[in-house]
Amino acid sequence: MPPRTFKVNGRPVTVDIEDDVRLLWVLRDVLGITGPKYGCGINVCKACTSHINGRAFNPCSVPVSAIQPTDEVTTIEGLPDTVGADLHPMQEAWIDRDVPQCGYCQPGQIMAAVDLVKKVEADGGSITDDDIDEIRNMCACGTYSRIREAIKQGAENM
Amino acid sequence: MPAKHRSAPRPSRRPADRTRPTVAGMERRRFLGYLIAAPTLAVGVKLTADSVLEANALPSPAPEVSEVYDLSDLLLDSTRATANLITVVVNEDGTVSFSIPRAESGQGITTTAAVLIAEEMGIDVSDVNVTLADARPELLFNQQTQGSASVISIYTPVRVAAALARGQLVEAAATILGDEAENLRTTGGRVLSTAGSSVPFAELATAAANSVTREAITELKPVDDFTVIGTDTRRDDVRAAVTGSKKYTMDLDVPDALPTMIARPPTIKGTVESVNNLDQVRTMPGVTDVVEISTDAEPGRGTTSSAVAVRARTFGQCIDAVNALDITWGGGNVDDESDETILEQLRAADAPANLPSPTPLDEVGGVVPLATDALGAVGPVEALEQEFVFYWRSNAAMEPNVAIADVRDGEAEVWTPSQIPIVTQSQLAQVLGMTPAQVTVHVPRGGGAFGRRLFSDAALDAARVSQEIGKPVRLMWHRADECRAGRVHPMCISRVKATYSPGLGEVVSFEQRQTSVATDYTESFGDMITSQAAKLPFANELTLSQTVFLLTASVPYDLGAIVFGYNEIFDFDRFATGSVRNLNNQDFRPAQELMVDQLAERLGKDPMDFRINRVEDERAKAVLEAVRDEGDWGRDLPEGVAQGVVVHNEYKGSVAVLAEVDTRPATAEREIRGATTGPRVRKVTVAVDVGLAINPLGLKAQMEGGVMTGISHVFTGSLHLRDGNFLEGSWDDYRYTRHWNAPPEIDVIVMPPSGDRPGGAGELAVGAATAAVACAYARAVGEMPTSFPIGHTKDVPFEVKKFVPPLPPSPTDGLTAYPTPSAAGPAFNPAS
Ligand code: FES
Ligand code: FES
Repeated sequence: MPPRTFKVNGRPVTVDIEDDVRLLWVLRDVLGITGPKYGCGINVCKACTSHINGRAFNPCSVPVSAIQPTDEVTTIEGLPDTVGADLHPMQEAWIDRDVPQCGYCQPGQIMAAVDLVKKVEADGGSITDDDIDEIRNMCACGTYSRIREAIKQGAENM
Repeated sequence: MPAKHRSAPRPSRRPADRTRPTVAGMERRRFLGYLIAAPTLAVGVKLTADSVLEANALPSPAPEVSEVYDLSDLLLDSTRATANLITVVVNEDGTVSFSIPRAESGQGITTTAAVLIAEEMGIDVSDVNVTLADARPELLFNQQTQGSASVISIYTPVRVAAALARGQLVEAAATILGDEAENLRTTGGRVLSTAGSSVPFAELATAAANSVTREAITELKPVDDFTVIGTDTRRDDVRAAVTGSKKYTMDLDVPDALPTMIARPPTIKGTVESVNNLDQVRTMPGVTDVVEISTDAEPGRGTTSSAVAVRARTFGQCIDAVNALDITWGGGNVDDESDETILEQLRAADAPANLPSPTPLDEVGGVVPLATDALGAVGPVEALEQEFVFYWRSNAAMEPNVAIADVRDGEAEVWTPSQIPIVTQSQLAQVLGMTPAQVTVHVPRGGGAFGRRLFSDAALDAARVSQEIGKPVRLMWHRADECRAGRVHPMCISRVKATYSPGLGEVVSFEQRQTSVATDYTESFGDMITSQAAKLPFANELTLSQTVFLLTASVPYDLGAIVFGYNEIFDFDRFATGSVRNLNNQDFRPAQELMVDQLAERLGKDPMDFRINRVEDERAKAVLEAVRDEGDWGRDLPEGVAQGVVVHNEYKGSVAVLAEVDTRPATAEREIRGATTGPRVRKVTVAVDVGLAINPLGLKAQMEGGVMTGISHVFTGSLHLRDGNFLEGSWDDYRYTRHWNAPPEIDVIVMPPSGDRPGGAGELAVGAATAAVACAYARAVGEMPTSFPIGHTKDVPFEVKKFVPPLPPSPTDGLTAYPTPSAAGPAFNPAS
């Protein structure tokens, strides 16, 4: 298990840990980056959703050995920097709509939403209710209707 | 009571005559509080069982105070006087701090408290910092967060404290501004004079400080003058939540508190017989400790269960080590039980006898007295009878059960998002063999609660492990534990019998009798004394459950003679059960409302009119009319799409829900990869009246969340019991409402204030939404469902995860599997 180096939120990190430890635990337990949340550990709840090289992924289901030195991991903490602002437009929309209740799922919801909007727009479209219907991120507080509004609002400013 | 602590109120702030009448001949209410000796201005009020003491209850000034407000112990010295106060502090920077003795798990109580303080003091909500208090046993039963009672209970005390603080600031400012205190006003964190000069709170915080602690009396701002209460206020932690900086328990930086997880038995409340490879697992990468622990909810309560805990550098390594353990398991508590056996036993139980009823006609045990004189006029009656089955439900939140514990050197320090920290503290003391004074319980903000955190399960686990190994631990339940070992809303049946007179067009009687697997209310309801009583042999747990049932169950309509019955099978802790958001009403109300629809149909009445004509409560009528008008009741809908409506009164509030459900094949059978689609609730209209809505934006959020839970309850959200354990092992197995099930349109109407006090909101909508969606579904498909959730089938629509080893291994394909789930079952239409 050689030390592994990659980038998180724009900064290089080096970790010395067994190859098969999933990235979520490397982020949270080793690096102390706690924005990505644990909700299931098996890639079904999407609470841990973060970005790798600009696309959404779920670090609970990726061994740290699969991360290449050139890979750039972005967690919710690093999202504003990707647009060079204090807050990403999606976060602004979330605040404006007062989306969170307990808030636990929201970092994952926002990271998933940003990815979805980018994907839809790359395909030349704009976000629809049907697109939003396909988001897998669980919210046990039931904030879905505000998320729906916030995604549409955030997408307009992205 | 020593005289020095009874200093007279300062003249400039106090009315000369203590019984001075105010506007419109109404006597202004005055309240007692304390000015507290502190470096900056600090005030407090005592939280008593009936909230804050009203000074007006007193016939004359101070000497009689102690007769009604026993201060004899408290005022022996100033430290003790402040021991059971909740306090508001004005800081040197002019901000205001308040430590609330409640849990915050998303329901917005900290924001509500900030709004109350901002209103009373004249400061921006954002300058009020509300934190959660540690366990404070001196507050007795005043530190629990349940039954949607928080807002109701803090409303007056918090305002009294804030009003006292404002009074002190104004007095201090009067000298500086050279104006009479009466002429000054406060706004935006400043005191303003009539001449237009002003001084910020920051400059007054020290000047207004008190050097001795003493009583003081204040009045509250009149409701008519409110400018903040009743307006939309965003959550106090919304920015932290969306930037990932909000700290939940597992995010706290507690040195050396390493990740810890538990290997649990394959059946409910099973036990460890032996661990066969302890040494081997102890040498696994990252692992520091492996230890067997008791998982009894409380020592000496009769049920024994145990498990094996693993502490490691990362949770990932905990999961691997838990799964590598070779454990010989002893049997569990309910190994022979499955859904079918439970259903048989529920049906075989005696019909519950009558409980004291809202109508006086039920004096005869067990049967509604139909053969009374009154029936002579009714003529022939017809009867409707139906049994409804409600399967097990989980109340799991997104954040699992969590606790950090450091139990060393005869002291315990614990962090856990408890809804009832005093009980957590006393249970920890009990299992650790300590006094409560040796146990500190901190309360971080929770990632959802829904009743689950009324129990201290994770805190007990963490403390036991920490004590055993002598090191701090950061303990988290795996999602599989949440499903299989987590507390559940018990399976139950509800039997309804109604009679009606076709001739008169009236309902004559309505009986509803519920039989449930016992619910463990011991931690959560009544005070601790009641809880203890509930644990006695032959106990009163049945009585406790019946009491809870009666305190929450209701029929909002005039349905003739109304009779309730409630009983339980099993001991209260045979299964791990507990209070789940909205308690019995998530079953009781849908069964009832479905039958109300049946009665309306038999009597040829529109479901909306039928209800509006039978509600006695004016507020209930108003919310029904609001959803009728705003939700476009009765509009033309295609076949397979229908509306359902209900009203519900609880927690001093009233809520009506109108739901529109689409069951057409094109909707119900739509394919979304890995999703449970099925019928879709397309549109929901809610009207809610909680008396006085402190923060409508937060109130709406609670209604929206309640609707999502109601949808889950009707269609898909359940646990399947088979051979002593639940089959669900994660989200996806447990099908709570997801984006693809959520209504695209939801509209919440907050009614104008109908009173001058707030009611509770956290649970209000759940039973009502469940019932409204069920009624809409029944009308859409033309057949009344009688088993819930409708998608609860014998053949489970997912691959059952292994019980040994206990945790599903983490996949490795997360780089390529997004957004397609790697572990989800097939799409599944609950109605097909
Ligand atoms: S924790 Fe990663 S998907 Fe649930
Ligand atoms: S806001 Fe609580 S889980 Fe989504």
